[in-house]
Amino acid sequence: MTDPTFGPFGVDPWWLVILKVVGIFVMLVLLTLFTIWWERRVVARMQHRVGPNRVGPFGLLQSLMDGIKLALKEEIIPKGAHLAVYWIAPVISATTAFIAFAVIPFGPTVSIFGVETPLQLTDFPVSVLYVLAIASIGIYGIVLAGWASGSTYPLLGGLRSSAQMISYEIAMGLSFVAVFLYAGSMSTSAIVIAQEPIWYAVILLPSFLIYVTAMVGETNRAPFDLPEAEGELVGGFHTEYSSLKFALFFLAEYINMVTVSALATTLFLGGYIAPWPLSLWDGAMTGWWPMLWWLIKVQVFIFMFIWLRATLPRMRYDQFMKFGWKVLIPVSIVWILIVATARVLRDEVVLTTRELLIGGAVAIAILLIVSWVFQSRSDRRAAIRAAREEAEANLTFDPMAGGYPVPPMPGQQAVGTSRRARAGVTIVQDRSDVTQEAIDG
Amino acid sequence: MSGEDWVFWISGSFAVIGALGLVFSRKAVHSALWVAFTMINLAVLYIANSAPFLGMVQIIVYTGAVMMLFLFVLMVVGVDSSDSLIETLRGQRISAIVLGLGLAVLLVVGVGNGLVNSATVGLVEANSIDGGNVEGIARLIFTDYLIAFEATSALLITAALGAMVLAHRERWLPRATQQELSKGRFLSGSHPGNLPTPGVYARHNAVDTPALLPDGSISEESIPRPLQARGDVRAVDHHEVNEIKEVDSQ
Repeated sequence: MTDPTFGPFGVDPWWLVILKVVGIFVMLVLLTLFTIWWERRVVARMQHRVGPNRVGPFGLLQSLMDGIKLALKEEIIPKGAHLAVYWIAPVISATTAFIAFAVIPFGPTVSIFGVETPLQLTDFPVSVLYVLAIASIGIYGIVLAGWASGSTYPLLGGLRSSAQMISYEIAMGLSFVAVFLYAGSMSTSAIVIAQEPIWYAVILLPSFLIYVTAMVGETNRAPFDLPEAEGELVGGFHTEYSSLKFALFFLAEYINMVTVSALATTLFLGGYIAPWPLSLWDGAMTGWWPMLWWLIKVQVFIFMFIWLRATLPRMRYDQFMKFGWKVLIPVSIVWILIVATARVLRDEVVLTTRELLIGGAVAIAILLIVSWVFQSRSDRRAAIRAAREEAEANLTFDPMAGGYPVPPMPGQQAVGTSRRARAGVTIVQDRSDVTQEAIDG
Repeated sequence: MSGEDWVFWISGSFAVIGALGLVFSRKAVHSALWVAFTMINLAVLYIANSAPFLGMVQIIVYTGAVMMLFLFVLMVVGVDSSDSLIETLRGQRISAIVLGLGLAVLLVVGVGNGLVNSATVGLVEANSIDGGNVEGIARLIFTDYLIAFEATSALLITAALGAMVLAHRERWLPRATQQELSKGRFLSGSHPGNLPTPGVYARHNAVDTPALLPDGSISEESIPRPLQARGDVRAVDHHEVNEIKEVDSQ
């Protein structure tokens, strides 16, 4: 094995590593308890209610009590469950949620018991990809939970989840590319440092918006919470789970929220770097203060999650998939193309007037082509509309159209044979809707 | 043993266990899970051998996308559909054994040749040529192996397009918009929304209890049709209904 160190990482003494691991674990659990309470209070306020305010100050201990109650509840395992997979699914979900946090930086170098160390468990050259990889393993928890429950609704939830993950992970990965191009690195700590003068959320705004959309899809939160759509699928993938196993899924969902928020902070909001009015204060980047700025930024994202949930209705599944594949991914690709071109032009090319003119001509040509494409699209729409009107006009069925006996086309109603028609009986009814459904699959 | 040895023996044996699990599992979903397990262990081995980029991409692409698609298909096909053990391809066992042996020979010869005949520079030197593992892979892909890389991507895009062409179907009628569907639902004259729920009174709340209309008559739509056909509908106690009406009118 080669040198495992990377910059200031990989040189901590063993006790410090354990301290950081335990610290991150405790922080995530506490953040989960806090987020659940925060979510309930904020949603309540947005719905003109009060929310939990009885247990502890401001009801802060409510989620702790709920957690204890949940863990002590009776566990029901369905008869049709595939036991081994049923057991391992919540474990995968919760474990991956925790370990994804290993590469998130929440502060610069500080001194812990006399040892200078960065406030980050570890880092390596591809740590953002590590978060993506761990997230993609985490989905297995949800998909397997759906499959192993041996029940229809969980299975549908699991199916939706796997499709959703595959589609939205592509958009998410593409939104990272522009950040990598600008930071020149895939390590989280280097990306934070590269944002020292200006956040990537500002100069790479499209990437930021795509990431924020994809991260809501990736964490199964409203309005993209289709895998657990309670109006359609009871509870989705976790319908058949109870007690501690359900608690693990619950925990995983909230930790994932924190993780994607922390990743958004790291990649786009400058991580722990103090934002503008605070950066005027000289002490803003000393000691443990940066961790507070980091925490505030993460909480802003979590508030956004809660706000979305309180505001938006759930999307329809086909519209959701269409949005991912036909909007987010093409927009990301075009944006990456623009960013890469701009980088190369700025860094490596000095343009003469003639080249600028040629470039302008090319740009105009592209604009013309785009407008032509849009024009032809609207033409096609008009043609479709005309075709539909024509089809509606042709609903009457001519059994001898063109001089030959022909079957009815979809939408046309066949009349009975002459003898039955004389008897006033129609046996062939309009089945065009069924036919079209059969064709649609 | 060094740290690398430990990682190799643990992850390597896990990968082999996963591969064996793939072959010996009876359920297709279990096989897919074993493959995912093997992939993750291979990724660990790559990372231990100073190829972090390859390791991460291995997990994202193979575990996260390819095996997830496999699982998706298996789950669509059916939860409990166990594979039939009748072999439809004749002589597939023999050809599988021959091809497997051929692959084994090819790998042994290829790897052995690399070990014996070429000079090893070591992982640190290999990674430090371009200033890092990622940079090294990037340089190789976009300079020395550019044609191979582009050809592979062209092949993949062709395959994707081919799949789309094969799955494409011609529409006979233009797709109905949501507005048209909604109009059709109302124009058909049938009940456009949920049917009225069964009646729920203090005494009965089962589905065989019909709902009552304001005038006290039974709402036919509130009774499930099978129950109606069997004549299994609970009779309405009109005395009771009249009492309620009286209370209401006071």
